Amino acid sequence: MEKHLREGGTYPVPVPHRVGGKGVEKMAMSLIWTGMVVISVVYGLLAGNGTAVAAAAVEGAAGAVELCITMAGVMCLWMGVMEVMKRCGLAEKLSRLLRPLLGRLYPDFRRDGETMDAISANVSANLLGLGNAATPLGIQAARRMAKKTPGVASDSLCMLVVCNTASIQLLPTTVAAVRQSAGCATPFDILPAVWLASAVSVGVGILAARVMARLWRVRR
Amino acid sequence: MTELLFQMVAPLIIALAAVWGMAKRVDVYGALVQGAGEGLGVLIRIVPAMVGLMTAVYMLRASGALEAVGGLLGPLLTRLGIPPETVGLLLVRPVSGNAALGVGSELIATYGPDSTVGRTAAVMLGSTETTFYTIAVYFGAAGVRKTRYAVPAALCADVAAFLAAAWAVRVVFG
Repeated sequence: MEKHLREGGTYPVPVPHRVGGKGVEKMAMSLIWTGMVVISVVYGLLAGNGTAVAAAAVEGAAGAVELCITMAGVMCLWMGVMEVMKRCGLAEKLSRLLRPLLGRLYPDFRRDGETMDAISANVSANLLGLGNAATPLGIQAARRMAKKTPGVASDSLCMLVVCNTASIQLLPTTVAAVRQSAGCATPFDILPAVWLASAVSVGVGILAARVMARLWRVRR
Repeated sequence: MTELLFQMVAPLIIALAAVWGMAKRVDVYGALVQGAGEGLGVLIRIVPAMVGLMTAVYMLRASGALEAVGGLLGPLLTRLGIPPETVGLLLVRPVSGNAALGVGSELIATYGPDSTVGRTAAVMLGSTETTFYTIAVYFGAAGVRKTRYAVPAALCADVAAFLAAAWAVRVVFG
């Protein structure tokens, strides 16, 4: 399951500090939602689209449930297939394959076995779209990194976060379900385009992090 | 041949997982049903958020405000090769995954899943994450306040993903 579907959800890892994910997210979402609704009403009235806004206000809710229902079958199917793959040990296998490659990305932690284990398991879960597994593993790695430089993001921690904000999921199953529910016969024909875009995005993210690490030195 | 392969991705992966599971003596059917059950739970949890967000997205669209912003940024986006209709998706993607899913699925339904706009929206959704949410969760859990360049670097990756998504759709689908 993609990470974005678990917003505001609970994580097995407790969040100890006030600089919190959930609170920030909730406040931001309230602001965004209120902003969207208010802009719609004001702009709709000014532009003479009041009637359309009124109709849309009650259509959206029905549309949302309809979308979720038409998506449900395909999404459940993929979650089931992923569970089969998980039990086959695919995630562990992939994680072992990735380990040497990732050592280059995190030179400060190359010799720290436990941190590297968490990072490679995090990346492999991200690739397979196992968001529920990826986040706790990533957080575990982030905490071990933060122990070395309390309160300040080290270059490795920045890299870890940047890599997790870029999507590397090999099978975007939610998007495929949305396309299928819109009547698409071949929902996975976007795969090559998604891989291309993901590769460019991750590449640019890593490059940006590397370049900025030189410009943005920590002052002591 | 490659086209057929990508059309057959879904059944191939399903069959592969099943055969591999049998070889590893995994309870294939049990795992499938358990995973599917968990999927249902996830869906039920996102329905309330989708109800709220789709209401706002439908209203915003009906008011004409989205079109107005698209019109403002349109020339710039067109120059970058991005369809201006996707402007709402670009703005909301880094902030909220559910909202992005709402905007994206509305675009896909309106313009059709096999239109350029529909495909670009799908690729954008598939090649990006909810950047600010992820940053908040990670740094929150690690107790880090000085995030240094993490936010600008992550946003670089997002912008690259949007540009690359539009470009990749042009390259792959002509």
